[in-house]
Parts: sequence; C-alpha cells; structure tokens
Amino acid sequence: MARATVLGRLNWLSAEVVADRRETPRVRSLVLDCPGWPGHLPGQHVDIRLTAEDGYQAQRSYSIATPADGTRVTLTVEHVPDGEVSPYLVDEAVIGDRFELRGPIGGYFVWRPDDGGPLLLIAGGSGIAPLMAMLRARRRLHEGVRARLLMSARSSDDLIYAAELNELAATDPGVEVVQTLTRSQPEGWTGYSRRVDREMLAEVAWPEAEHAHTYVCGPTEFVEAVANSLVALGYDPRSIRTERFGPSGGS
Amino acid sequence: MSFITRGFQGRGRADAPAGRLPPGQYATRDFPVLSAGPTPRISEGEWRLALTGDVDRPVEWTWDEFLALPSEEVTADIHCVTKWSKFDTTWRGVSVDTLLKGIHTGASYVMAHSYGGYTTNLPLEDVTGGKAWIAYRFAGEPLEPAHGGPARLLVPHLYFWKSAKWIRSLELRDTDEPGFWEGYGYHNYGDPWREQRYSGD
Repeated sequence: MARATVLGRLNWLSAEVVADRRETPRVRSLVLDCPGWPGHLPGQHVDIRLTAEDGYQAQRSYSIATPADGTRVTLTVEHVPDGEVSPYLVDEAVIGDRFELRGPIGGYFVWRPDDGGPLLLIAGGSGIAPLMAMLRARRRLHEGVRARLLMSARSSDDLIYAAELNELAATDPGVEVVQTLTRSQPEGWTGYSRRVDREMLAEVAWPEAEHAHTYVCGPTEFVEAVANSLVALGYDPRSIRTERFGPSGGS
Repeated sequence: MSFITRGFQGRGRADAPAGRLPPGQYATRDFPVLSAGPTPRISEGEWRLALTGDVDRPVEWTWDEFLALPSEEVTADIHCVTKWSKFDTTWRGVSVDTLLKGIHTGASYVMAHSYGGYTTNLPLEDVTGGKAWIAYRFAGEPLEPAHGGPARLLVPHLYFWKSAKWIRSLELRDTDEPGFWEGYGYHNYGDPWREQRYSGD
C-alpha cells in the first residue's frame, strides 16, 4: 500500500482562535490560525497541548475538519463529559486565545483526492469531522468523484454540519447524504430511525464490486459494528479504514 | 516553548501516582480501542504463531501447543500514543524468551506480523530479557478480538502500537525496517518516557 512521505520533526506551533461556530449544543468548530502550518491531507489530525498557569499540561488529538487552507486549520470538537481538554475548546476558548498545536498526524486514515472513488463515508456523532474534510476537499477539486455519506446522530439537534450537508446534497448530484437518528426524530423525518446495522448498510453502501474507498469514524462500538457489517457484506477488510475514539473521559 | 493558555485550569494532576505517568499522557480507567481497520476474527482452530526469518529452525505453534508453553502473570502500566495510560493492567502470556529458548539467531531486530496485515518493528533486545510476552488473557478473561485476541504481543515499556494485536509471527531480522505506523511518521522506537510519539521526537 502507498506510504506517506516520511515526516520531518513535528514542532509545536502557536494556534490562535480566529473564528468559531456552534454546530450543535455540544459541538463547536474552531478556526485556528497556525503560522508555520505545513499543510495536511483530508483525514489527518493534530495534537493540542494546553498549559495551565502552574505549568500543568494536557494533550489530546483532534481530527481536522477542513482541507488544506494555508495556515488555517478547523477543528470540530465535541464536549466530552468529564473531559479535560474538550470542555475548554467547546465552552471556554474565545477569539484571540492561543494554545499549542502540532501535526499533521496520521497517514493511513486519509483520502488523497487522486485516490478517486467512489467514496463511502460513515460517521457516528462527531466522527463526521475528518470525513467532512474529505467531502470539502472533493467539492473543491474533484466533483467527479461520487460520494455517499451515512451519518448517525442521536437527534436532529445533534446533526453536525446540517445546513452545509443539506446544501451539498441538494446541489451536488455526486453526493448522497443519508442520516439516521437513533434516539428521537422530528415530525416528518424521512431518514432512518435506528442504529446503523447490516440491513441499513446493505441499502446505503456501494455494491462491493464498486471497490469503494471506505472510511468509518466514530465511537468504538459504532466503528466495530459498522466495520464488521461491511466485512459481512463482502467488503475487503483492507478497503475499510477506521478511526475510533472514546470512551476516554474517565478520570 | 510552551505558553500559558488563558482559561485553562486542567484537572488531571491528581489522576496518577507520582512517577507513573509519562509526559503528555493522562490516566484512564477505560480500555480504548485503536485499530486501522476492521477487527480480524481468527478462530483458535486456524490460529498459528510462527518464528521466522533469521532463525536456525523456523517454529510454528498451534493454539493448543502455544497454551501448553509455560505462561506468566504480568502486571504492567500501558501507554497509548493517543495519550491515554492505563495502570496495573493484568495479563497472562508466554514470554518471548520462552519462544526463543533453544533458537539460534544472529538477528538484532524483530518485525511483528499480525493477522489483517499490521506490522511493527522492534529491536530484539526490547522483546527479550523479560520485557515482552504473547498475551492471551486480559484481566482474567480471554483476550477479546477488539483488543487483539486470540493473542497479542505485549511490550508495555513502549507505546502500545508496538504491542501488535492479532499476532501471527515474529520475524527475526538483521536489519531494521519501519512497520505500519512507523512508515506513517510515528517514531521508530516509541519510548513513552522520552515522549517519542512521532518521527523526530
């Protein structure tokens, strides 16, 4: 399989919050300006390091939600109950605040637009972030690549990037967006209303013969279930790239 | 050079006993799962463990033969490059020293190969001398597939990506070569106490 070029040393950079957007009650996107940022591929992530007044530091990793854009890096962060860094990023940081960041990190869970498609993107909750970087990169440069996104959220209030995805699905015939709401559904909901399962994937996923480039990101149990179901549907395990997160909020 | 982040207090200071938490890590009681792809399912009937490469005689064990080898209880702190550390994890496994007993080799390195295609590289001296095991039980239970079962390499003194899940073989080599994550920019050695996360650290 293709290898990323060997990276040079990943130095800590200063990241300044220059814009933000509340995506859902528990999720916020932060646009960071990071002088010296070397650029990145859709799917990669960064390490964040926060330093308290007494010198205490905490580090965590977050996926990048946007394609390369000069020194700008956008993160979409979900408030993890009992978390240490995410509550700061979601509820405390304001425009002008600075912290340390380094990256890009990870060369496997990436989509290089030249890889082509079709793309099968499956997100649980805030696992949409790195997949959104892929969709945004595709829109910018490679609209010929067909893409299907299946995203799972608890309720319509928890759908991240809802307006942008609605607009994308309505205006771009190459993109299909399928949503499932697992806990509550608004009146007139036309999407799915259950956890992602094999039957849903059989309906939504590209036929195995299309050899889709498949990316699955979300909580561990979500990713395990989706990846196992895709393998059961005949997908080559090596065509399925996964990124799992949490639970890691325990003290 | 680090600088203070306005508004950040941090609350993880008391989570770890002194001297147990490597730099940049936080303590967790969960056991998060990190894998690059789907979890392979290997039945005990089809499972094999092999010693290959620079050995005077290649060896392969079936599951029953492997379980018949002398095993050890291991209690260790483990450290994942994604920042979590977990203290006092308990395992049962066969020491790599036991596997290598009576084997003659001039190798200095080992490449661990897993079911599913994963690889990771280590110096041979980091898996010998009581530092590494092929573990098949965790916390008194059979090792779950998501955590590397039926059996995984356990090298607790290095970042946990070196502890290859779904271990299939140990290839002894006289030259070093990057494994899976090492080829994607992760550190070639991966000592958590020197915070060797990425190439150049």
